[in-house]
Amino acid sequence: MNAPVLEISDLSVDYGFGPDAVHAVADATLTLRSGEVLGLAGESGSGKSTLAYAVTRLLREPGVITGGSAVFHGDDGPRDLFEMDGEEIRALRWSQISVVFQSAMNSLNPVFTVGNQLTDVLRAHRRGMSRSERRARAAELLDMVGITEDRLRSFPHELSGGMRQRVMIAMALALEPRVLVMDEPTTALDVVTQREILQELGGLRERLGFAVLFITHDLSLLVELADSIAVMYAGRIVEHAPAEALFRTPRHPYTEGLLNSFPALHGERVVMTGIPGSPPDLRGLPAGCSFNPRCAHAVDACKETAPRLLPISWEPAEPRRAACLLQTDGFQAPASLTRTGLRAEEIGSTR
Amino acid sequence: MTETAETTETAETDTPVLEARGLVKHFPVRRGWALRGAHVHAVEDVDIALRSGRVTAVVGESGSGKSTLARLLARRTALTGGRLLWNGGEPPSGSRAYASEVQLVLQDPFASLNPVHGLRYILGRALKLHGVPEGQTLDEAIKALLERVSLTPSDQFIEKMPHELSGGQRQRVNIARALAVRPKVLLADEPVSMLDVSIRLGVLNLLADLRDRERLAILYVTHDLASARYLADTITVMYAGRVVESGPAVEVADSPQHPYTQLLLSAVPDPDRDEAPRLTGAGAPPSLIHPPAGCRFHPRCPFAMDKCRVETPPALPVGSPGHTSACWLHESGANTQASPAAGTAGAA
Repeated sequence: MNAPVLEISDLSVDYGFGPDAVHAVADATLTLRSGEVLGLAGESGSGKSTLAYAVTRLLREPGVITGGSAVFHGDDGPRDLFEMDGEEIRALRWSQISVVFQSAMNSLNPVFTVGNQLTDVLRAHRRGMSRSERRARAAELLDMVGITEDRLRSFPHELSGGMRQRVMIAMALALEPRVLVMDEPTTALDVVTQREILQELGGLRERLGFAVLFITHDLSLLVELADSIAVMYAGRIVEHAPAEALFRTPRHPYTEGLLNSFPALHGERVVMTGIPGSPPDLRGLPAGCSFNPRCAHAVDACKETAPRLLPISWEPAEPRRAACLLQTDGFQAPASLTRTGLRAEEIGSTR
Repeated sequence: MTETAETTETAETDTPVLEARGLVKHFPVRRGWALRGAHVHAVEDVDIALRSGRVTAVVGESGSGKSTLARLLARRTALTGGRLLWNGGEPPSGSRAYASEVQLVLQDPFASLNPVHGLRYILGRALKLHGVPEGQTLDEAIKALLERVSLTPSDQFIEKMPHELSGGQRQRVNIARALAVRPKVLLADEPVSMLDVSIRLGVLNLLADLRDRERLAILYVTHDLASARYLADTITVMYAGRVVESGPAVEVADSPQHPYTQLLLSAVPDPDRDEAPRLTGAGAPPSLIHPPAGCRFHPRCPFAMDKCRVETPPALPVGSPGHTSACWLHESGANTQASPAAGTAGAA
């Protein structure tokens, strides 16, 4: 297993202060290892974007980091990102951790050319580079994401959405960071463009070896793309497991429900139900486990105790954790959440 | 939902409730002197038939003309060419008469309900304009509507304001409002794409229910091939303003014939896929101001022949009855070596 590059522990983020504060992220613990793609899945309001903003220290008022740490293993040893001052984090951001957001359309400055914006990154962080070196590097970066050099002179409005998103990725990789945070980078794009960009990203990752924190609501995309997946619900990580294991044998009822919300592309058409109810309002979360009102397997204890993210009691050696009371000692988890090692054909018939 | 195969044969012989023949929509370009007099060729020569008790899905990427098609069918936009048939004859004249038969549900459930009015007003208005069913008071009719879209208990929901509802509940109100006029046809333009993943199926199942129980003819416009396969009886795939493939939903999704449908399918995320798909025909859709001559997919198509650059392919029969593909490769006598089925069958 690779060395960790970003260790997030017990991260909590509130919006606002005092009794009215909304707990957008609560006690999130995650480890991103070097060269790995860690997928973060969740619906709107689950806290997945807030987590990304907090970790990159881009969180705006009224967001406040109320606890936890995010240790980054960078060029000069492990450092807690939350303890750095503004100047330190500014030097680190982009050179070692860079971010790609969903709306590339809004991330590029409309009055400057693409070349201008790409060289700007280098001008700020690589003081020693000459003008012609910067230009050559910018051309190389565009080439890397499959855009021809003559586009350096183009303005953002002259590019399609997919090309703009590619420019953003080129820009994010300009300084060869260790960690790339991608928040719904392809959600606004068509599926064919999405697939092209993800394939390019995969190739670049193999060559350059950066780690990716990939945030999306599309769990079926993550299963294909990620090495491991964390699922968030109402501000908490409810399950974290290797991608294949999470898809084949979910351990948390919410993950199971989410997987059952994506109609399959193959096989017999069967009526699917999704998850009853709707995601909770963070201003008034249900007591105990936040998922209990929508959960088919909830027992009385679920309404009292908020479960912690723990290894599964009956398979403690597996590299996976779930925040479900039913997976702890003294409870019997339902059959659908205790399956092991099913092959693809079998899962097709049971789901 | 799984018994659609039986209904297919009988339904095909029915007269469609709403049928479009050779539908064309060109939008004039209003900006830029260089483009003066130019048009965006948004929808070109589209045939589509909506039958009672069936869901027809229109699948396409952004800019394929799928939403424009829905608006044309709702008569929200004037036709440039082609005609609409209602039960084989002239459609009802006058916008109110037409609206009482054909209703449109839009994508954004947050923008399509007036925030200053409660559900009683929103649904009551449609009922007042188009007539409350006989023997019911207005409140009873509103509650009946709410129950039809599973917003229960209805005597609580009738008092609510839009901001008190979740996205899924709002979309149900939109559907209820469309049902208030007792239409024969429901046009749903991306009805679930703005909803959270876990509640999308609830709305799709509601549409399936309306089809099965109330025999509505439903048009389901979407970019999501998997949900179209789940819900629809027929899938029509659009590319750059034209229909490229149309046929029974499961057959189109499981063994696509047109090279574009094959490309689309290979790009869709699929957790069951063992290895990374190979995209054939990468690139972007063409500009619709100056669309390519011949087949509009030919600049991207790995199988393009000389003929494709000149002549527009008609809908040619492939597979089972009702399955057509607008591709010269399916012309009888075409070179089978170049058949897309041989080239990328693995993508399916």
